[in-house]
Amino acid sequence: MSTFLENSTLFRKVLMALTGLFLSVFLIVHLAGNLQLLLPPDQASIQFNQYSKFMTSNLLIKIVSYVLYLSIILHAVLSLIITLKNKKSAGGGYAYDKRAKVSNWYSRNMGILGTIILLFLIVHMKDFWYEYKFGSLPMDAEGNKDLFSIVVSAFGEPLYVVGYIIAFVALGYHLLHGIFSAFKTFGAYPSRISSLLYFISTGLTILLTVGFIFIPIFIYLKYHIA
Amino acid sequence: MKIKLKIWRQINAESKGKLVDYSLDNVEEDMSFLEMLDLLNEELILKGERPVEFDHDCREGICGTCGLFINGRAHGPLAGTSTCQLHMRSFKDGETIYIEPFRGGAFNVIRDLKIDRSSFDRIMSKGGYISTPVGDAPEANAVPITHDQAESAFDSAACIGCGACVATCKNGSAALFTSAKITHLAKLPQGKVESRARVLKMVEQMDEEGFGHCTNTLACQVECPQEISVSNIDRMNWEYNKAKILGKGD
Repeated sequence: MSTFLENSTLFRKVLMALTGLFLSVFLIVHLAGNLQLLLPPDQASIQFNQYSKFMTSNLLIKIVSYVLYLSIILHAVLSLIITLKNKKSAGGGYAYDKRAKVSNWYSRNMGILGTIILLFLIVHMKDFWYEYKFGSLPMDAEGNKDLFSIVVSAFGEPLYVVGYIIAFVALGYHLLHGIFSAFKTFGAYPSRISSLLYFISTGLTILLTVGFIFIPIFIYLKYHIA
Repeated sequence: MKIKLKIWRQINAESKGKLVDYSLDNVEEDMSFLEMLDLLNEELILKGERPVEFDHDCREGICGTCGLFINGRAHGPLAGTSTCQLHMRSFKDGETIYIEPFRGGAFNVIRDLKIDRSSFDRIMSKGGYISTPVGDAPEANAVPITHDQAESAFDSAACIGCGACVATCKNGSAALFTSAKITHLAKLPQGKVESRARVLKMVEQMDEEGFGHCTNTLACQVECPQEISVSNIDRMNWEYNKAKILGKGD
């Protein structure tokens, strides 16, 4: 494994790009699934719980979910290896440094943004994934585990909603740099293709970020304020 | 104009360096930045002090020898300009100017502002050329190349190897330099033939020298005095991935 990861700077970046893009595709699916929370309450409850059951019992989805967990781990471990090597390669730094002017802050701080996302993931997995798998959930009218009510009650706490928004803003900036950077790592070189991929990457980032931020706010306002 | 200087002084690679304060009173705004340093050195020599050592050669912006980190930026405040093409009119009267050597894990300070960039030469020696001896210059029209192709290859070939890309990269990556060489040759029919073997060997040497990963912050293209585009890095990545999948094609 060590020689595999030490293969070359470019190869390590390709692995970062592959795992990152796979995780981005997962985000599209995850957001699409979550949009069911926006349905009218009765329908949302039944449909979301059915969907949760399907997502945790289907064999194919189970296999994909293991690839997903592996991707998260590989992406995080690689980022650590890459960051440590880069620190060494940077060579000391400058007494007077104005380099921040020539690049975007989020492209320089992918590690910090990624750490925020990782911390969020731990809380998120504990509160929903772990609860669904190992907690004692109430049943809905159809006899499915009632994840919907757990989700709705979780977002009744304003601080919890704010925490989610912060995590999604971090995710948004991470994707804003990450998705396009991944395409560049694959070698998106003719400028026409590069421009098209930049358009797609940025569009997808905006869609995902706005979508993920909207849902907790919507639940808070609809189920806890009105 | 009067200026204050804070210049990095260091005896050799092993010793620890530090910023030393100087001031100059008779600076003219039409002086180049290097002429200002010449003026300082004349004063230091008259005082019996060791002059500040810095790299320079053509002073026309085409050789890539000069390279200083000025006020926190590679080659100073102007875009698309090497240190020798920077003039004192870009600074204010009474301003304090910080001058440091280009830094990178693969660049060692030799003395003061002079750095060892032989790592670039070793990358070049791994494939920054066409290995077939062609004898005399062949007939120019024997190999048809479009005007756009030639221009595009020249945009990459314009790299002067100054090292500003490495100096400004937070990762100390030499991706812009290495990719400009790879792309320049990959864009022309004469260079295309060996492009897969070339990219593998040059990237291997780049890694061996200890340069970091490119994380696409795009800072390098902003500071490049020749305005080499990061699209060269995209092309290098493409050539590298192709070579990794298809083999070096011999």
